[in-house]
Amino acid sequence: MQLTDLTMLELAAKLAAGEVSSEEATRASLARIQQVDPKVRAFLRVDEAGALAAARASDVRRKSGSPASALDGVPLGLKDIFLTEGVETTAGSRILEGFVPPYDATVVRLLKEAGLPLVGKLNMDEFAMGSSNESSAFFPCHNPWDVSRTPGGSSGGSAAAVAAREVFGALGTDTGGSIRQPAALTNTVGLKPTYGRVSRFGVIAFASSLDQPGPMTRTVADAAALLQVIARPDARDATSADAPVPDYSADLEAGVRGLKLGVPREYFTEGMDPEVEAAVREALREYERLGATLVDVSLPHTKYALATYYLIAPAEASSNLARYDGVRFGLRAKDARSLRDVYALTREQGFGAEVKRRIMLGTFALSSGYYDAHYLRAQKVRTLIREDFTRAFQQVDALLSPTSPVPAFKLGEKVEDPLSMYLMDIYTLPCNLAGLPGLSVPCGFTKAGLPVGLQILGRPFDEAGLLRIARAYEREHDFFRRSAPL
Amino acid sequence: MPVSDFQPVIGLEVHAQLLTQSKIFCGCSTAFGAEPNRNTCPVCLGMPGVLPVLNQRVAEFAVRTGLALECTIRPTSVWSRKNYFYPDLPKGYQITQFDQPICEHGRLVIDTPQGEKTIRILRIHMEEDAGKSVHDAGGGQSLVDLNRAGVPLLEIVSQPDLRDADEAVEYLKSMRDVLVYLGVNDGNLEEGSFRCDANVSVMPKGSTTFGQRCELKNLNSFRFLKQAIEYEIARQVDVIESGGKVVQETRLWDVNKGVTRSMRSKEEAHDYRYFPEPDLPPLHVSAEAIDAAAKALPELPRAKLQRFISQYGLPAYDARILTAERPLADYFEACAGHYKDYKKLSNWFLGELMRLLKEEGTPLSALRFTPAQLGALLGAVDQGTVSANAGKDVLGEMFRTGKAPADIIAEKGLAQVSDTGAIEAVVDDILAKNAGEIEKYRAGKKQVFGFFVGQVMRAMKGKGNPALVNELLKKKLGD
Ligand SMILES: [Zn+2]
Repeated sequence: MQLTDLTMLELAAKLAAGEVSSEEATRASLARIQQVDPKVRAFLRVDEAGALAAARASDVRRKSGSPASALDGVPLGLKDIFLTEGVETTAGSRILEGFVPPYDATVVRLLKEAGLPLVGKLNMDEFAMGSSNESSAFFPCHNPWDVSRTPGGSSGGSAAAVAAREVFGALGTDTGGSIRQPAALTNTVGLKPTYGRVSRFGVIAFASSLDQPGPMTRTVADAAALLQVIARPDARDATSADAPVPDYSADLEAGVRGLKLGVPREYFTEGMDPEVEAAVREALREYERLGATLVDVSLPHTKYALATYYLIAPAEASSNLARYDGVRFGLRAKDARSLRDVYALTREQGFGAEVKRRIMLGTFALSSGYYDAHYLRAQKVRTLIREDFTRAFQQVDALLSPTSPVPAFKLGEKVEDPLSMYLMDIYTLPCNLAGLPGLSVPCGFTKAGLPVGLQILGRPFDEAGLLRIARAYEREHDFFRRSAPL
Repeated sequence: MPVSDFQPVIGLEVHAQLLTQSKIFCGCSTAFGAEPNRNTCPVCLGMPGVLPVLNQRVAEFAVRTGLALECTIRPTSVWSRKNYFYPDLPKGYQITQFDQPICEHGRLVIDTPQGEKTIRILRIHMEEDAGKSVHDAGGGQSLVDLNRAGVPLLEIVSQPDLRDADEAVEYLKSMRDVLVYLGVNDGNLEEGSFRCDANVSVMPKGSTTFGQRCELKNLNSFRFLKQAIEYEIARQVDVIESGGKVVQETRLWDVNKGVTRSMRSKEEAHDYRYFPEPDLPPLHVSAEAIDAAAKALPELPRAKLQRFISQYGLPAYDARILTAERPLADYFEACAGHYKDYKKLSNWFLGELMRLLKEEGTPLSALRFTPAQLGALLGAVDQGTVSANAGKDVLGEMFRTGKAPADIIAEKGLAQVSDTGAIEAVVDDILAKNAGEIEKYRAGKKQVFGFFVGQVMRAMKGKGNPALVNELLKKKLGD
């Protein structure tokens, strides 16, 4: 086994035992990137100097017997949506090419304080708008399990880098499934925390009321450990929750005996790949064998979730992206002759097609005369969707479903058909609309060897419950030991 | 129809910068006059990834203002985004309040020639200020200064209850007094920390349907407000008289030409695409917080004016000046605790004290003497210890040195001579030397009396008690 095959916690144990140094682990990670990333293209930027400096500092702490945290020294990757002081951050967009942030996102600061070397910035759909990583302004990312296929999106680079053993773990963001869907497509664990659980300060905004950063790892225990570092109230984020942070690892092995797990019938519908359905149904039976009770539940407003999401998210995005105007940072169109030109040409040249499509959608949804029929109505439906979940959670402890209706699809397959791309998020985005925590855990492979993910949705702030349920399954099937055929 | 056949209808939107130390959504200083872009940070620069966090003082100031203007305070108010592109608007939207503002349905009473008039307040909301664009900075460039971006503002919108330019000016002055009294705004029109837009329309007298309104901007003095409204009323009447229609538009007051000119029409107006600000939770104000703010509310200018008239028996003229600014009113009341002839005290305030403050450019807060010392000085004048004229010199000395009045009188030998024997001796001496003048006086030339007073006072180096001097002279001259 190579050093890079270790999970975060396995590496942490070796670091603690003095069997390996952080510098060795970081160098192994950098070497692996050099080896496989030409095929995977998960990285937009590698910060070798920064990562090695952090690793050496970690080793010094370790030697002096004062590690900064349980994960001190474990190299990590960051989706390029997290602002990193002094390291270019683009959100996968031309409009931010060359933008070097003057400050760290809160989660980046927390990771640095915990001693984790940050090896680089990971590929993503432009401004997190996409489900295949193909809207990245720079290059698409490839799925390590089949490089002709997408790793999913928008945190495709994070998922692919973790799956390809380039990093031990990564952070992604999830607005409509952008952590869970790529995790499902790459045999990794992706956790989207409750809205407000993790600070959004310094995370480039796509849709403010939906965005949430979270861990992407190879195992459930790693996800718990990484969430432990980043989950905390932040005075710089007014939507950050003041809720106490539990020990996410405490009940990890407690099993599911006696738990009631809901199976929402609206999440098992036509259009689902038969192999995905088979794998998920098998996982459901596994939970029964492990002592949980499956309960048939209904979330009747699920059918409106996609339409609701594609009004609210673009509306917020159209406003959030107004600041990219060529005046203060990032791209300014060189041929601009007037103020109007600065705006029009900069945004014309700086934004890709998908971003423009969503800005147009959102601007329309908020326009005077259309606001009530679109944005306002969407907010009302959002409330109904949230109430569906509230009712369901009066009956059950968590909900189980497929994460993605299909396994990884071919790059280029859906690029010309935005609607079929949007349908990729049909099982993941209701959770964002309701602000709930959601997790995707590997639950097998198709005959062609493509990973399938099981989604677990929970009550607000019950990340510990989701992790425990996911771990119960993972313990029976260590899919995470399989490595991608690179 | 002449202008007099039309009824103007005016509403004002006041924008008041709040006197908080830091900006509304970040920790940057609000100080005026710093080097461009010095008072900025990633948040108020609208950098990617930043989030706003409300400065609670802003909400406190809004509640205080709302209560002073008799508004209803919303227990839950909502932040909204107002979207438009402008180089001095870093995020491409302004965070403001839209359909659920913090204060609504208030009123402000003003004085008009016809008596008191209540102007209804439609709403008060909080918002962030934009930066400042500097055009023609050379090289065909425009520059942007974001020091002001994120400075907290209150927007106070009146109902269209004002009927002429004078009422509008009176309303704006009263509003400024209230805000300054509350300590939430500095009332400075020139620096733009207190500014207003006016909505003006005209309708035929007797009509109940308002005419089409125009919004006037760039009204940065009371004089400009009056001139712009008067010009605009005349312009709109002209348009109607000549068979035209007033079109809804935004018009700019041109200070140099003394006219309003079109800035943008309704068609060119922005669609601001307001929607609730997802980065800020709704603002909750508890009933307890409102109660506490109400209890802590200072006495407002109008109430203070009425009280100065009734409690101190002052003429309205005096009371108005004394209550125009809260520090002066407070100081007057402090002095009134040490000196009970309030009218005389007021005279000293309006005369000597305000002259000294103005001449020396000293703020009231920097006065070097205490109210008790001023009271002691006026008491000394009343008792004849020092003459009124010498008293003024003593006050000047107190102003400059902070010494006690008794010490100054002693040091400078300003004490008045009220010893009858001493004065009588001088009077006798003067009369003895001026037998010829006595003849003239007795022959009916009464103005010679002044000559005798002058001689006595000169002999006594101005320290003779004038009342005694007069009395003794009259007695000796046999009146
Ligand atoms: Zn700032």
